[in-house]
Amino acid sequence: MESLLDFGPLAEEFTTILAGFWATVRLSAMSALLALLLGTILVAMRVSPTPVLRSVGTAYVNVLRNTPLTLVLLLSALGLSDTLQLTFSRDPGVNYYWWATLGLSAYTAAFVCEALRSGVNTVPPGQAEAARAIGLTFTQTLRLVVLPQAFRSVIAPLGSILIALIKNTTIVIVAGYIEASSVMKQMFDDYGGTLPIFLGFALGYMVLTLPTGFFFGWLAKRMAVVR
Amino acid sequence: MSASVLYDVPGPRARLRNNILTLVSFVLVLAVAYVLIKGLADKGQFDAKMWTPFLEADVWKNQILTGLIATLQAAALSAVLALLFGVVFGLGRLSDRAWIRVPAGAVVEFFRAIPLLLLIFFVQAFPATASGYTVNVPAFAAVVIGLTLYNGSVLAEIFRAGVLAVPRGQAEAGYALGLRKGGVMRLILLPQATTAMMPAIVSQMVVLLKDTALGWVIAYEELLNFGLKQIPANFGNLIPSAIVISVVYIAINMVLSYVATVLERRSRRSNRTTAAPVQAPTAVGVGAGGA
Repeated sequence: MESLLDFGPLAEEFTTILAGFWATVRLSAMSALLALLLGTILVAMRVSPTPVLRSVGTAYVNVLRNTPLTLVLLLSALGLSDTLQLTFSRDPGVNYYWWATLGLSAYTAAFVCEALRSGVNTVPPGQAEAARAIGLTFTQTLRLVVLPQAFRSVIAPLGSILIALIKNTTIVIVAGYIEASSVMKQMFDDYGGTLPIFLGFALGYMVLTLPTGFFFGWLAKRMAVVR
Repeated sequence: MSASVLYDVPGPRARLRNNILTLVSFVLVLAVAYVLIKGLADKGQFDAKMWTPFLEADVWKNQILTGLIATLQAAALSAVLALLFGVVFGLGRLSDRAWIRVPAGAVVEFFRAIPLLLLIFFVQAFPATASGYTVNVPAFAAVVIGLTLYNGSVLAEIFRAGVLAVPRGQAEAGYALGLRKGGVMRLILLPQATTAMMPAIVSQMVVLLKDTALGWVIAYEELLNFGLKQIPANFGNLIPSAIVISVVYIAINMVLSYVATVLERRSRRSNRTTAAPVQAPTAVGVGAGGA
């Protein structure tokens, strides 16, 4: 029974665990970047004056937001990579890394798009009307009045999305790429499902998510638009 | 209309430009769609044998519906348990007594901060190990417990936000009438908070339903398991099957999202509550800021 409270396995496998969390960080960072990029393109489509682009953007967001991430990642890894043989590299580690990253960012981009769009919607119409009244052009209105206010109001929601993304990287376990949650599963198989192992990994994720959360909370408060 | 902040009412030149843009983007979208469909067709994904299984009643009855029912069972049970968990811990966090408030807060923040998958693994592995591998937690139970703890914690935050969203004057008026704490909560705060937080609760149900798909990882036989493991194993049609399954998920979730939107619109103009609709809670640490 005393093995249930043994922190030994955590010390023994320390380098493997660190490697797992390093993979988590790599996945999160690259996916966050791609999701921000894709989300920005999507929101540009969704607020554009072109009905075709608007409906494509809306369709994308509705499909990805309502599909389980597990399904998205399985479709990337089993479907596109294994069945259709679309591979990034002969090295399976590299290949599955990119497919997992693409799946994560395709899914997260839908949420980024919605956050950015609600940011544009928080700007009161009076602001844009005032900008036009003093003779600013379309680009000036956007650059000097609307977007600065919109960006500031989406800092906190984007922080929440980033934290959700970090937690979602655990699901990459279905896409065949080894990160922290697969290391924990392996340790459960090797040493048994003990509390110390679980708490150790829970702590590992908190080390990643809590500072991110505090940072975005601080930034959002600092940058808040006073109305 | 979201575009109204961004654009003036278009004049003749802007209308012409918009029409040209529409045409160009339409051609672009068609081109992308053509490349995708052509690519899939070249790999034989549109062959009849890939899709005919979905015309058979047996496939729907024995696989897709069976899986869907398993998914809905897990989702429904977790939803009920999560609501209970949420009420208990949400109200616990509002308690005036620190010995209730602090532990309730710690539990809620812990389960919100860690990935759900770790929780599901642990719920399944711990009892087995602790009992010397005599107890076996069924995958269904592991999924339900994991979903309950995580979504219950999020719901606890929604409940708390709902009660806090009722203007302070309401509670003060209740105290002025001579009600006690319990009476103020039961008769004044909760009825108004419920209307305010219904949309957020329904939105959380979409998250919960999507997360049942995590059952895949511990081999719980739900919709995803039938759609991406068992049907492709019989017919070798992984991609068509994945498309059909995602349509099922999307349909259910869009109905739920639509219900949430209707509820939000109704609660916004309702005169049964003085509280504004509650937003989904931000992640741990980000704080009350944001939209």
